Amino acid sequence: MRFRGRTRRDAEPAAPPPAPAGPPPVLVIDALGRKCPIPIIMLAERIREVPVGQIVAVLADDVAARTDVPAWCRMKSQDFVREEQLPRGWGFHIRRTY
Amino acid sequence: MANLSALAGYLDAASTEPLHPAAREALLRALDGAWADPARLYGGARRARVRLDEARARVAGVLGVRPDEVAFTTSGTQAVQLAMLGSLRARRRVGRHLVVSAVEHSSVLHTAEAHERDGGSVTVVGVGRSGRVDPDEFAAALRPDTALACLQSANHEVGTVQPVAEAAEACRAARVPLLVDAAQSVGRMYVPDGWSFLAASAHKWGGPPGVGVLVIRKGTRWRSPLPDDEREGRRVPGFENVPGAVAAAAALEAYRSEMEGDAPRLSALVDRIRESVTRTVPDVEVVGDPVRRLPHLVTFSCLYVEGEALLTELDRLGFAVSSGSSCTADTLRPSHVLEAMGVITHGNVRVSLPRAVDSSDVERFLAVLPDAVARLRRTAGVGPA
Repeated sequence: MRFRGRTRRDAEPAAPPPAPAGPPPVLVIDALGRKCPIPIIMLAERIREVPVGQIVAVLADDVAARTDVPAWCRMKSQDFVREEQLPRGWGFHIRRTY
Repeated sequence: MANLSALAGYLDAASTEPLHPAAREALLRALDGAWADPARLYGGARRARVRLDEARARVAGVLGVRPDEVAFTTSGTQAVQLAMLGSLRARRRVGRHLVVSAVEHSSVLHTAEAHERDGGSVTVVGVGRSGRVDPDEFAAALRPDTALACLQSANHEVGTVQPVAEAAEACRAARVPLLVDAAQSVGRMYVPDGWSFLAASAHKWGGPPGVGVLVIRKGTRWRSPLPDDEREGRRVPGFENVPGAVAAAAALEAYRSEMEGDAPRLSALVDRIRESVTRTVPDVEVVGDPVRRLPHLVTFSCLYVEGEALLTELDRLGFAVSSGSSCTADTLRPSHVLEAMGVITHGNVRVSLPRAVDSSDVERFLAVLPDAVARLRRTAGVGPA
């Protein structure tokens, strides 16, 4: 039983399921050790540094980021590409759409 | 509720509704006249017993059940725990499978965790973006070895009303008892029929603290998970809180009759909040079902703001509100409700209107909110987008 598992049905899956690697990020934001909403603030601040169509990755280990990063992308119409498990925390890949 | 000024800015009725004047009066009278042990045989004891049974009948009347199906507990949480553990125990031979929704109150989820640690199995049914359970998915989770299914009447954090009637129908077909945690709905809106167990809490409807209600419908298998005790029909242990039960019944009847008129007024204020927040606060998302919702509750999340900081700032400005993203809000954190819905878990504010709320309080709140959010964003270094 997982309360914070992905129990919801992802009606709009942001990531095409078997996209093993995808294009590498052109910018990596290190938000490890930072509590939400700091990782989202850092992402919002710095996404303009990557060209439209390119990937930015956020590294975070606050479990709230697993919900907040995809939700932020949905609210801001950015493209959530995938989440990857890291030895510590997760890497979230986002494609800048505008 | 005697002190109206203490209520100014109180927008957290979903945590607890201020004591209803009818409950206060009934409580004081019962403290003086119905304090004796209702299990004894002398005059004062018999009077206390009569008052307790009257209270039971009045609560049963509002809920549309038989008086002997109603037991008073010490809290909504205790009602949930007794219903779940007692049902799981009575149906152990059927199986040890439990179904709960992902957005239940922590009392349900923690009891489910305990059941799992005890060797049982649990299926958690997810929700859509609005926080609503899909009735077909709920029905599909029921199995031949399912001992119990649990679904809240409405969500305590976002106000979304759940498909209780459909779930009850599916449970009836599968011959599985359904527990409805109706803590947020009783007294405020109609709760569909067809369940086996119902749990509720008096302080949510303007009754006193320390009184919950457990309803076990006739023919439902249930065995107390606790050591033997003769009180409350052997369902709830301990000396009965007769004054509390009397006051709870008085509040429920008063609340229920007033809500006919109050619910539309509160619901219109909630619509006003939903509209205003979306228009005046940038980067905000109002969460929960906009239509199938509790009349008095609305929740929104502000990007780039810490929930606790926002609550503190609003408190400073004279408003009592709650947050699912407050780190102290729950031991399940971040909010398991917001997470299951896939919405922003930070910067979350739950506004829930008490019965007597003044619309000017709501307007004052809406007037100060945009600046409060903007100030916190500036502090966090977030410039105007």
